[in-house]
Parts: sequence; structure tokens; C-alpha cells
Amino acid sequence: MTGTMKLDAGIPSGPIEQAWDKARFDMKLVNPANKRRHTLLVVGSGLAGASASATLGELGYNVKCFCFQDSPRRAHSIAAQGGINAAKNYQNDGDSIYRLFYDTVKGGDFRSREANVYRLAQNSVHIIDQCVAQGVPFAREYGGSLENRSFGGAQVSRTFYARGQTGQQLLLGAYQALERQVDAGQVTMFPRSEMLDLIVIDGQARGIVARNLITGQLSVHMADAVILATGGYGNVYYLSTNAKGSNATAIWRAYKRGALFANPCFTQIHPTCIPVSGDYQSKLTLMSESLRNDGRIWVPKKKGDKRRPNEIPEDERDYYLERKYPAFGNLVPRDVASRNAKAVCDEGRGVGETGLGVYLDFSDAIRRLGEQTIRERYGNLFDMYQRITDEDPYKVPMRIYPAIHYTMGGLWVDYQLQSTIPGLFVLGEANFSDHGANRLGASALMQGLSDGYFIIPYTVGNYLASAKPAKVTGSHPEALAAFAATQQGIAKLLAIKGKRTVDSFHRELGKIVWDDCGMSRTAAGLKEAIGKIRALREEFWQNLNVPGSSDDLNQSLEKAARVADFIELGELMCIDALERNESCGGHFREEYQTPEGEAQRDDQHYSYVAAWGYTGSANPPELYKEPLEFAYVHPSQRSYK
Amino acid sequence: MKLKLTIWRQKNPGTKGKFVTYPVNDVNPEMSMLECLDVLNESLIERGEEPVAFEHDCREGICGSCGFMISGVAHGPQPATTVCQLTMRHFKDGDELVLEPWRSASFPFVKDLVVDRRAFDRIIQSGGYVSVSTGNAPDGNDIPVGKEIADRAMDAAACIGCGACVAACPNGSAALFTGAKIAHLGILPQGKPEQDRRAVRMVAQMHTEGFGSCTNIGECTGVCPKEIPLEVIARMNRDYLFGAWTERSEVINTIAPATDWNFREK
Repeated sequence: MTGTMKLDAGIPSGPIEQAWDKARFDMKLVNPANKRRHTLLVVGSGLAGASASATLGELGYNVKCFCFQDSPRRAHSIAAQGGINAAKNYQNDGDSIYRLFYDTVKGGDFRSREANVYRLAQNSVHIIDQCVAQGVPFAREYGGSLENRSFGGAQVSRTFYARGQTGQQLLLGAYQALERQVDAGQVTMFPRSEMLDLIVIDGQARGIVARNLITGQLSVHMADAVILATGGYGNVYYLSTNAKGSNATAIWRAYKRGALFANPCFTQIHPTCIPVSGDYQSKLTLMSESLRNDGRIWVPKKKGDKRRPNEIPEDERDYYLERKYPAFGNLVPRDVASRNAKAVCDEGRGVGETGLGVYLDFSDAIRRLGEQTIRERYGNLFDMYQRITDEDPYKVPMRIYPAIHYTMGGLWVDYQLQSTIPGLFVLGEANFSDHGANRLGASALMQGLSDGYFIIPYTVGNYLASAKPAKVTGSHPEALAAFAATQQGIAKLLAIKGKRTVDSFHRELGKIVWDDCGMSRTAAGLKEAIGKIRALREEFWQNLNVPGSSDDLNQSLEKAARVADFIELGELMCIDALERNESCGGHFREEYQTPEGEAQRDDQHYSYVAAWGYTGSANPPELYKEPLEFAYVHPSQRSYK
Repeated sequence: MKLKLTIWRQKNPGTKGKFVTYPVNDVNPEMSMLECLDVLNESLIERGEEPVAFEHDCREGICGSCGFMISGVAHGPQPATTVCQLTMRHFKDGDELVLEPWRSASFPFVKDLVVDRRAFDRIIQSGGYVSVSTGNAPDGNDIPVGKEIADRAMDAAACIGCGACVAACPNGSAALFTGAKIAHLGILPQGKPEQDRRAVRMVAQMHTEGFGSCTNIGECTGVCPKEIPLEVIARMNRDYLFGAWTERSEVINTIAPATDWNFREK
């Protein structure tokens, strides 16, 4: 079913270089003395949520920030390893805002919105300055200037980093700025609190229902605007590089309250993760993409070659990325690297016990640069690899395999980062806007901080000044209804008293989605997956076993609510993937490929954002299309040869 | 392999806790300690019992959520390793492991292996930041920071706030955690203007929370999954001393520790 509402992103007219300046000038402002009269809710405390809360607090708004962890510092942004891009051109190697913009639009396979991406590239330079000023200990040259490294999808060196812990250091910077505002009384923190519903009054987002995970108590929080910064939905796949707690519940419940969900099938498979070792496995561990700077990826030329890597002579190795893509070599974008790894494994040339792995070999780099240099660049990653696999990557090549890592899709937002529900803003990975069908490495941190530090502080003010939301209280009938519905939802999960654990359902869902809506997809497979997911959902509501009660810390209950949402979202991902009859970026439909096996886009028919609207649990979702226009970067078949 | 896990079970702070021993068969040496608990929990749920509550999130040793004592050692026997990355190959078939939560009066008990570490957030609130609002920053390269300085700051900044240092310390001191932040920011030129004030306020908050004093035993750094060096405590003491001298006339406000999970709004 196709909806008729017209999606207007509200992109300012005129040259793209001036769009953000123009938009900011056109925005209405809130008088400094009036800011404290406005309460804003921020859900999530990762890079986007913490930076937004801190900045809005600094401006004088009354901010309430919610996170499900015990401390905002634990949000999953903390686990980002490799770095953050910025168009500083400190290396004098030809970088510019325009080039970062160009690389990001191309890397996203022409499925992102040009104006948003341009603004992101503009903000990138301010992010680095802000983080340095906060005391983020970025890597430095001996002379004291900031150091850069290269990352996939780019031919310039523009990635700033703090060892292999860039996300940690950036998040701690934002977290410290947030705690400073908590101390100043501008932000109230609600840790161990999970948003379970969005309250919409007269068409505007006016509050949330949250559950205190320690006491089980539900509470209603009212506000003038709600900001979701709750991250991505990679955990639909069960096994992913996301944290175990990462979930889609906040954005999914907002979807059910009327926000459109854009491009759900655009998911990213990261090429360099530690392969799966057994069926008890709870998550996958990423090895930073930065390793591809110095590591060479290869498999044996022969099928089923069981020799140890050191016994395979040079001329019997296939450095397949260097062979197929001489210009970018091991630094091709993530989707290309992942698909090629799958292809060589499908040919039977994969390595390791399961045959699902390829080598990432540092011996050349160690010979060239010395072990000490490699240790300085990647020491903590090598240690982590050794801890998990018991193998020493200084001596034997790492084994890696692709895994779900990031989701480009998310709630639809306009240029102001506002969803289709006025007053509901969505930041960071939770929205869909900047990465198209494939995100380039070191761009997620950039986007989260751009949204939180430099965009939402302007756009939320514009909303408050123009919409002038009326006073409402928690006793409004809509708030009471949302509260009651949440209470019933929890009671329903506990009342099933079936036989199967939440994890067993989650694993089954993950396998269906990985097999049929993962690295490659077919119409037949997707149709089958939709049927299987529906059956799984049916069984979930009849045969789930959640022990314990709702009035204390009950981790099974938390998981159950999240998995219920993942099941529904998994179905929407498959519906979206089935509707998009083309291949682009991370969405690879086997029916649509070039003779060389690359993704074959169909710009004539699919150059749009697919935004889905909820129409009730028994009805199919409605599709709305936002056409994409490319006035600056002309869509072409991506070539990394 | 087969293991026996003796685990502290306690429903909430108001009820009495006890150790319960669970045999776990089919332990794969490649599993992490937390995956071993996952397997146990699945079997407990299937038997109609309540699973063991434990903290975890990223499971790659960086978020700092997880952590408990394994046979008396915070995060278990492997150096520089959180329990989420501790693989079972470090144990032998037939081993009995005793799992209990961090024990510290400043980390109030929550459930089973879960404690309340919000005291750490309040220590950061008391000055663990550079007061620079968004938009105020000069160009990132305006102030040169030598590589050695940046590296030393990074060594201290690597702290994940897991609380193992407190749990391991016979005095229950949070000096390694507090010192790590004071050192990270104090070493960098960006943190210099607030160096004195920061040390005084953070140390005062640390005492308000009831953490013990440091007597240079070094258990903290021994169990620290990020190997935060003991020298950060010396740095804290030095900055505190200087700060106490220059800021001695100022009234030092501390934050009242929260005693429950009912949030009060300002």
C-alpha cells in the first residue's frame, strides 16, 4: 500500500554551501530568559544524546536525560574503535568539506540526502575543535599537532583517533560535559530508565512513559519536545557487534505512534569481526576497520586448503581485494569488503574451522614498519584479538568475517531532524538521514556529535518558538492512556507463562533475518522470511516464558519487551528489502548485480527514501516516498577499481 | 568441561542473601565468563527459577558495565581483562568458582551480582570535566600537545569506570578512579585552568561518598582491566595539595549521595 502524504524534507533553497547558514538565519529563536521555561526530554546518552543534553543544558533549557544503563557513560558509542572523520585537511593531501561530502554521498551509494550530508561535512571540523577543547586525548605527532589515519572509502587521511578507543574518549568528553550540566542543575539524569511509549497530544510529541528498571515503577514525563537518540537496531540479528542492551524499543514505539520508519533494510555488515565460534555465542566482536590500513586480506587460491597460513606460499595466496580493486585495495568501503569475503567463502576458500573467515595479515606491515610501530597503532586491538581467540596476531594472521554492525535506516527526519510527529526529533544512528545505503567508517561518531552539538540546539529552538506548544500535564487523558497501555503490555508479557526463553526466540529471529535479509537477499528468500517471522511472532505471544515479576530488576522482562519489538521490526526490514528491487550499498539483492557481481542500482525507479507508516498490527505498513535529488554529486556506478 | 559456580543470590537489599552452588556442564573453553552465565541462566529459566542478575552491555571490555569477584579476585585471574572477555580456557575441568558482587558500602547492593555505582558519576559531576560550552573551542591545532603528553593523558583516560579498583582495595578506596580523571585532564593544557579546583572538589566528593583512603597497597592497579597506573594517585594527591593551598578559602560543596532509585526532580 502506498501512502499519499507528501514528505517534505524542508531543504533550504539556494547553493548547498549556504543551505545551513540560511536555515539557521531563518530559524526563530527562544529568548535566553524563556529557555528555562521549556522542558526537553532526551532519550539515550550516547554521543548524540549526551552531546545534545549537554548543549541544550548549556543554553539554559530544562533537560531530562534517560538511559537504560546504570550510567550515561556506558552507552554503546563507547565501543567505537577506529576514529572520527573531519575535513580539516591538516595533512595537506587534498581534503576539503566538499570532498568529505562527495565521499560520503558516493559511499552511501546515492541513497542519502545531499543537503544533510553537506552540513555534516561542514560540522565535522567544529567537532574536532570542540572535542580537543574538552580534553579528548587524540593521537598527536611529536611536534604536538593532531595525527590522522586513513579509513575505508577515502583516498585522503582525515580520520582522527585516540588509540583504538576513539568512541570511548569522545563519549567520555560528551559525558563529562553532560555531568557538568547535571552539577549545574540544568540536566536531570534518569539512569536505568527505559522509554516504553511516546505520548502524542494534538499531534505533537509531548512526553514519554518510562520504566525504572530497578524498582519496576512506570512514570510519565511531560515536555515541550522529545529527542530520541537511542541508537540503531542491529540487534534484530541477535548476533551483532552492538551491545547486548542496544535496542529499538524507543524508535519502534514512536513508529507505532505515527513516526515514519525510513529505509529499514539498509543495514551494514562490517567486514572485520572475529568469526563465530559456537552456538552459545552472545555477541560478535569487531576489529576496527583501521586495521585494513596495514593489514592485507587474503584467502588461499585453492579450495579447502587446510594448511596453516604460514605454510601457504605467497603465490598460492589470493589478495582478492587488491586484485579486484587496485585503486582502493584493502580500503574499499565496508559493503564491498564484506560481500567479497562472503563470495570467497561461498567458493569454499574460507579459512578457520568453520570455513567462514578470511585472513587479515600484518606480516608485511611488521616487516616494513617494525613490530613496535604496529603495536603503537593497534596494540589494544591485537590484545583483544588474542584474549578472545588465543592466537597471537603478531605471528599468525587474524581471522575475520563480516558481522552486523550498524543500521543506516531509522526514523524518517527532515532537514531539522524532526520526525513526522511535530516535536519529536531523532538524532544519531536512530535516524536515517546521512549515510544512505552504506556508511563509511569513522562517520558514525561524526554524525552523532554533529546532530547533538551543532544541529539540534538550533532546530529545537526553532520548533519551540514557532509551534509554541501549549501547557499540558501528566494527567492529560492521552498521557494516562499511554501509561495504562504500557502497564498492560508488561502484564501481558508476564502472563504468557509458556515454555521458551526470550533468548531462544531472539536467536531464532536473528538466524532468519541473517540468512534472508543479511549480506545478500532474494525475493523468494525475503517472502519466506516474512512468513517465518510472522509465525515466530505468533508463537512468541503464546509460548514465551518470562520468570519473576514486574516490580524489581528483571532482566528477562526487559529483554522480552525489546525482542517483541525486534520481531516486528525484522518483518518490516524484510518488507522493505522486498520492495526495493535493486541493489545499493549494504542492500544486495542477488537478482540485481552487474556482470562483475557489484551492486546494480536502479536510479530510475528507486532513487527515493522508503518511509513506512504504521497502520495497525494486523495491517500492512504504508509506504511513503521521498524522492532524492542529486544536484552536486552525479549518481554513477560506484567504482573503487 | 564441567564447572561448579557458587554464586551470591540475593533478591534485593532488604532480604537475606546466600551462596548457591550450580553445576554447569558443557562449558566450552572458547566461551566468555558471561556466556557461561547465559548458559546457566537459560537452564534456570527453563527449570522455572529466577536467572542470576548480572551487569553487562558491550561485552568487549570497554563499557565498564560488567564486573564481579571470581574466587576473591575482581574480574578474575586474567590480568587486564574484564569478565566479559575472560574466556573459560583459563579454568580447568572441575574448578569451583565463587562469584560475588563488588563489596563496598559506597556501592549499595541491588540484586545478585549487581551493585549501584552512581557514586562514580557524582565524582565526575564534581569537576571531572573541562568547562567549555559547545561553540567555544579554538582550532584543534592551536594548542600543541606533545605526543608524550597526549599518550600519558590517554593512559589515564582509558579508565572504564567499572569499579574493580574499589572492590579490590582493602580500604574500599576510589583513588585510582578519581586519580585517573584528575590525571587525564590535569596533564593536558586544556585541563590546566581548572586543575586545582577540580582536584579539591573531586577528592571532597570521593570522601563524601564514603570511599576509604588510599594507603598505597596497589591492589587496584593490579586488577584494573585497563591497567591504569598507580602514579595517577600520586598526581591526585599532588594536585589536591596544591589546590588545597590555593583554594583554601572557598566553600567546597559536595553532592549528597543518593540512597535509593526514586528520582527526585529539581
